[in-house]
Amino acid sequence: MANLEAPRKGFADALIRLGEKHDNLVVLDADCAKSNMTNLYKNRFPDRFFNIGISECDLVGTAAGMAVAGKVPFANAYANFLTGRAFDQMRISVCYSNNNVKIVGHNAGTSAAQEGATHLPLEDISLMRSLPRMTVIVPADAVEMEKAVEAAYYHDGPIYLRVGKLPVPIVTKKEEPFKIGKAIKYREGSDITIISTGIMLDEALKAVGELEKQGISAELLHIHTIKPIDKEAIIASAAKTKHVITVEEHSIIGGLGSAVAEVLSEDQPAKLRRIGTNDRFGVSGKMDELLDLFELRAHRIVSTTNELLGHRVTN
Amino acid sequence: MVFSKEKSKFYDNLTKTIRRHIVKMTNHAGSGHPGGSLSATELMSVLFFEHMNVDPKNPDWQERDCFFLSKGHCTPVFYSVLAEKGFFPVEELMTFRDVDGRLHGHPCGEHIPGVDISSGSLGQGLSVANGVGLTAKLDGSNRRAYCMIGDGELQEGQVWEAAMTSAHYNLDNVCAIIDWNKIQLDDFVENVKGVKNLGDKFRAFGWHVVEIDGHDINAVNEAYKEAKRTKGRPTAILAHTVKGKGVSFMEDTHDWHGLAPNDEQLEIALKELA
Repeated sequence: MANLEAPRKGFADALIRLGEKHDNLVVLDADCAKSNMTNLYKNRFPDRFFNIGISECDLVGTAAGMAVAGKVPFANAYANFLTGRAFDQMRISVCYSNNNVKIVGHNAGTSAAQEGATHLPLEDISLMRSLPRMTVIVPADAVEMEKAVEAAYYHDGPIYLRVGKLPVPIVTKKEEPFKIGKAIKYREGSDITIISTGIMLDEALKAVGELEKQGISAELLHIHTIKPIDKEAIIASAAKTKHVITVEEHSIIGGLGSAVAEVLSEDQPAKLRRIGTNDRFGVSGKMDELLDLFELRAHRIVSTTNELLGHRVTN
Repeated sequence: MVFSKEKSKFYDNLTKTIRRHIVKMTNHAGSGHPGGSLSATELMSVLFFEHMNVDPKNPDWQERDCFFLSKGHCTPVFYSVLAEKGFFPVEELMTFRDVDGRLHGHPCGEHIPGVDISSGSLGQGLSVANGVGLTAKLDGSNRRAYCMIGDGELQEGQVWEAAMTSAHYNLDNVCAIIDWNKIQLDDFVENVKGVKNLGDKFRAFGWHVVEIDGHDINAVNEAYKEAKRTKGRPTAILAHTVKGKGVSFMEDTHDWHGLAPNDEQLEIALKELA
């Protein structure tokens, strides 16, 4: 059984480590510091933490001003209020102005759980991916989160970082190198390419194991950077397997599935299936129950693989 | 203290020059926003020539004061003041809105010296000014942040989110300038969604308020001085102005909010501004 850890804890730990080294790192939150664990940064560096209140647009604008004045701000709020409400502020005050602001969307995907549809961000990646200059990073677990936060700090330019709240299995390794824009190949295979992002890496790894038992050789790419996407890795794998499945804890519209579809349809046509939420809102439920409800599970990756490869599914 | 005779003459010349730039630039482009540019001419001129601590030869100097044009459509006056101040050549003004130029319809923070942020989507500037104000406090710096907001723009909710932030953090290094020309794109502000009792509104939000005639250069100068002197809270300068000021047929009408003069109209305007 893998160790469980909340991605937000990895985020907070990395932020504090960076804060110790760099006094230009400032953290802003929209009255969710306890939930987002930015209160840990506040406790350690009270002067460099700013609660802007329940006003996401003002939060992003203030962060942009701090970047103008020479700071490296991390602006935190719940992912869908941040990306939905403050989209225009990110567009004009951050991206068009090319300000070095790190936007951190919390409570990501199903981790908003019983808060229900209003709080479940299933469209945030889609929105952020459409903004010119925005880099979009969706780490798999707390260990990869720490590396992503560090990379985000050292990257000069706007970044959207998606952070989950609830504990999920640690599936990545500390020693694995992390480079923005570079996919990580977790398994070499020849029959099908499975491309996961975020916490779906865990289910994808399980699916690869199950497929192996069935005699299907699956290649697994983990894409932590949805934009800029690692075209070369996708093209190389699809050229080999001719069949691709994407898996994301997000709508299939505009997220990883769309990004991969864009690459394949232009450069390496292949049969594609996208697994994610299908043009719907969430509901209240425990995270596990939501993952079951949305079928963001290994068994769905396995059955989709069989369907895509034209295998008869017997049970 | 009122301006000396020489200074008054300087500003008389400067504001006329800037107004001529405004009508010429919009005529050149065949589009643009003369009305709200003409209303802000004295406010912008006195700010940049008396108060802003900037170095046109080193526009990104870290200790500079920052200015954010939240009413981003008023680039004709903004670019004209920047050019007259020496941030870029005055001749470049006649590339306004050209596809191969950098003086876009709305300001682009990345490319134009002296422009500290891109704007044009209304309501965003004061939050950005607060970001500079908070940073200055954190760094123990004396730099200040100015933000010009239109009166119609006050209908945007973010302005009031930001007004709460400036007051909550006691940002006495932040100064908002409201170009209260009474007119927005469609109609008089009071006919669209009124902003009456503006002083009371800002005072209720915890601001120090100075109300002036925005075309009186001495009053404008004193208002900026008062903002600098005011400690512990931000200052809002409510400047009563006339939309289209200085060009008779553009004055006090929403028709010239976003309309460029044709060649004949330009000729008349330039005569009036001679």
